Amino acid sequence: MDFVSQLTLFVLAIFLGVELITKVPPTLHTPLMSGSNAISGITLVGALIAAGSDAGLLINVLGFIAVVLATINVIGGFMVTNRMLAMFKRK
Amino acid sequence: MQISDNWIDIAYLISAVLFVLGIKGLTKPKTAVRGNLLAASGMGVACVVTLLHRDIVTYEIIIGGVIVGGIIGAILAKKVQMTAMPQLVALLNGFGGGASFAVAGAEFFRGGHPDTVGIIATGIAVLIGAVTLTGSFVAFAKLQELIDGKPMGFPGMKLVNAILLLGSVAAIAYLVMNPGVEPVFWGLAIAAAILGILLVSPIGGADMPVVIALLNSYSGIAASAAGFVMGNSALIVTGSLVGASGLILTQIMCKAMNRSLTNVLFGVMAEAGEAMDQDEVYEGKIKSTSAEEVAMVLETAQRVVIVPGFGLAMAQAQHAVREMADTLEGMGVEVEYAIHPVAGRMPGHMNVLLAEAEVSYDKLKDMDTINPTFEQTDVAIVLGANDVTNPMAREDKGSPIYGMPILNVDKAKTVVVVKRSLSPGFAGLPNPLFAKDNTLMLFGDGKGAVVDITTALKEG
Repeated sequence: MDFVSQLTLFVLAIFLGVELITKVPPTLHTPLMSGSNAISGITLVGALIAAGSDAGLLINVLGFIAVVLATINVIGGFMVTNRMLAMFKRK
Repeated sequence: MQISDNWIDIAYLISAVLFVLGIKGLTKPKTAVRGNLLAASGMGVACVVTLLHRDIVTYEIIIGGVIVGGIIGAILAKKVQMTAMPQLVALLNGFGGGASFAVAGAEFFRGGHPDTVGIIATGIAVLIGAVTLTGSFVAFAKLQELIDGKPMGFPGMKLVNAILLLGSVAAIAYLVMNPGVEPVFWGLAIAAAILGILLVSPIGGADMPVVIALLNSYSGIAASAAGFVMGNSALIVTGSLVGASGLILTQIMCKAMNRSLTNVLFGVMAEAGEAMDQDEVYEGKIKSTSAEEVAMVLETAQRVVIVPGFGLAMAQAQHAVREMADTLEGMGVEVEYAIHPVAGRMPGHMNVLLAEAEVSYDKLKDMDTINPTFEQTDVAIVLGANDVTNPMAREDKGSPIYGMPILNVDKAKTVVVVKRSLSPGFAGLPNPLFAKDNTLMLFGDGKGAVVDITTALKEG
C-alpha cells in the first residue's frame, strides 16, 4: 500500500474515532479505556508475522516478546471490559 | 494454507468494521456488552487470517507466546480489584506500547530495503512505543504506591528531556540516510525509554487520570505507526481510533481539573493566591452533627443527592452507601448520585465502583446534568469528596482552583459532609463549604458513618 493511501486511512480513521468517542457517556469511560486498550492489541497481527517468520533468531525473539505483550493486552483487555460492563445494570 | 494478500486485507477491513461497531456499542450501557464482544470477534478475525500470511512458516513460537500472554492476561483480568483498575489500564497501555516497539524492531532487523516513509514510521513506532512502555510502568508504580506519588524531578530535567527528544529525532534522521545501522537503533530505543521515565516522574498522583488517558492515546499511535511500517491497514485504522479515544479522554480530564495539558505534563500547579488561613475560614462556623440527626433530616427529605469521591472507594463503602440509598428509596425519597469527572482515579472510575455495588447506572448523573438540580435538592451527602465541591472554584478569583468546574452542592437546602477531619484535599486548600450555614459536618470514618445513618433511618 502506498504512503498516500496509508495516510488517507490514518486521517479518516482519526476523524471517525473522534466522532465515535465523543458519543460515549462518561459512565462508560473506564470500560472504553480498557476496551480500546484491548483493541490496540491489534499489534498482535504484526507480532504474529514477526514471530512466525524464518528471518532469524533476533526477529523471532522480538516477535515472541511482541506476541506475549499483545496477547496480554487483547485477552486481559477484552475480559476485564466484559467483567466491568456486566456490572452495569438498571434496576 | 496460504491465501492471497487481497483476501487478508478484506478480512482486516471486516475486523476494522467490527471494531467500529464495537465502540459504537459502548455509547449505551445497554448495548455495551455486545459491543465489546463484537470488537473481540473483530480481533479474532484479524488474528486467524494473519496466521495464513505467507511470511509465517513456523507456529511454535506463536503458540508459545499466545499461551503465555493469554494466561497472564486472563489472570490479570479475573483478579484485579475494581479500585485498582487504573493500575491495570496503565499496565496494559505499557504492554501495548512495548508490543508496537518490538514489532517495529523486528521489522527493522529483518532488513530488506525499506523506503524513507518506512524508516521514519519505524523510528516513530520505536520512539512512542518505548516512551509508552516505560512511562506506563512509572504511572503503574505511582498508582500502586510502589513509589512515592509526589512529583519527582531534578534541576535541568526539561533540558535533559529536550536533548533526549532531539537526539531521538536526529537518530531517526540518521537512519533515513544510513538505513540499518544497528547501534543507532539501540541508541534511539534507550533514549526513548529514559524519556518515558522522565516524562511521567514529575507528574503528581492527582494528575494520573490525565497521564493514563494520554498514554492510552500513545499506545494507539504507536500501533498505528507500526501499521505504517508493515503496510498493514488493520493496524493503521485501529491504532488511530485508539489514539483519538485517548486524546479525547485526556481533553475531558484536563477540562475537569481546569488545567492545561502543558501544565499537567510539566508538573506545574497554579500559583497560589494569597494564602488562605484555614482557621479564619472555619473558626466558629463549623456545625458538627451526629448520624441520628442526619437521619432525622433525611426522613423529611424528598430528594437526596449523594456525592461520592475516591475516599469512598478507599473505605470500601460503596455497598454501605447503596444500602443507605435503598433504605431512603424504600421511604419514598428520590436518590441520585453526582459524579464529578475526576471523582475516581481515571475517567469513569467512580461509575464502575458504584456499578460494582449494584447501583443502577441511570442514577449516576454527570456534572452538567446534576448541577441545575441542586437547588431542588433537600439533602446533598458528600462522601470522601473535597476539592470538587469547593465553592471557591466558582467565587474566589484569587484562588488557585478558580475556574475548575465543581458540583454545586452548596445550593442544596442541607449539605451533609462525611469526613474524618477538616484536612484539605489534593489542592491543599480549605473548603468554605464546610463553614456554610446550611452545612452539617459528620466527622468519622466514611463507611461507619453511612452504616450508622442507615441504622438510624431503619429505627426512626
